[in-house]
Amino acid sequence: MSSATKASRIGEELWKTRVDKVNAELVTLTYGTIVAQLCQDYDGNYHEVNKQLEKMGYNIGMRLIEDFLAKSNVGRCANFRETADMISKVGFRIFLNIAPTVTNWTSDNNQFSLIFDENPLADFVELPDDGRAQDELWFSNILCGVLRGALEMVQMQIEAHFVSDVLRGDDTTEMRVSLVRYIEDEMPPDEE
Amino acid sequence: MAVFSLIIINKAGGLVYQREFQPGLRKLSTNDYLVLAGTFHGVHAITRSITPKLPLAAIPNPPITPTTATTPSPNIASPSSTSTPTPSSSSASAGGYTYPNPGVPATGLESLETDKFRLTCFQTLTGTKFLLFTEPTMANIDVVMKKIYELYADFVMKNPFYQLEMPVRCEAFDRNLQGWLRGRA
Repeated sequence: MSSATKASRIGEELWKTRVDKVNAELVTLTYGTIVAQLCQDYDGNYHEVNKQLEKMGYNIGMRLIEDFLAKSNVGRCANFRETADMISKVGFRIFLNIAPTVTNWTSDNNQFSLIFDENPLADFVELPDDGRAQDELWFSNILCGVLRGALEMVQMQIEAHFVSDVLRGDDTTEMRVSLVRYIEDEMPPDEE
Repeated sequence: MAVFSLIIINKAGGLVYQREFQPGLRKLSTNDYLVLAGTFHGVHAITRSITPKLPLAAIPNPPITPTTATTPSPNIASPSSTSTPTPSSSSASAGGYTYPNPGVPATGLESLETDKFRLTCFQTLTGTKFLLFTEPTMANIDVVMKKIYELYADFVMKNPFYQLEMPVRCEAFDRNLQGWLRGRA
């Protein structure tokens, strides 16, 4: 059984048995409000908004990973390809009930894309018509942060960013994820 | 009811949580608990690093032989080139040995048993360690451990005001943990 099918099965099972469900509109509206508020607070400085969303996601990811591990009971992934399947088929499945397509691997297996056919965060959303949001705001940027925070906690330093978004009029919503390095055996500086 | 106490150690070896679940257990001083956590953290790391490694079968031998053959000559030739042989020889020795089951990463100490108690250690993939002190006869410790991890994920990690890696002072975690352990008894 391939790691992708195995991951699908785990995700499916967890979604059915272990996940408390919440009204989708609540999620969409809450997230939408946060982004809209940030846009207001930062006075339409969308680069800053992207940065803040990423940071918020990072803090979520660092916490969420424990829930993911406690619920899924999965072990360490043998390689980055397996990690990608875990993220898509288990992670996104249990937290957003979607499974973005893993694709566009580089030959060194260190970079892949997640293609989002659906994105619950962005339902009903139309970007502001100020001529800049369409080019500057990555509405779902919080997801990049979540991945970075979560993977950092399991000893992987990654970089994630959106390269296209249907909200901007692109054909697909695509996130690019790159493995920077495996953080070596944690022998942290404990002399505090 | 056979769970004596629980200790949680963060990934840096710091004590973040300690509770007894039996009335009247003799307590150590706060400092002793801190020392215990730090010491266990060290011992755990040592037990992982001393995991015996088996020599690889004949396959990697051919690449190693030429390396070792070339190593002596630059060593003698010039001291400036000593930096080159060092990594090559170390990579040769690293490539020459492997864990018994290479797919499974080496873990550290998992349990420690005496006549009077058993210490079970569960390390999460994020590096946090849960130490559970139980009666040596207690069964299904993994079930208890899993539940504790879930409660931790819920009531500690999802509490937005809990600061990561800091001591756990979450009343709801205490309550649920005690409630669940009592319910099991």
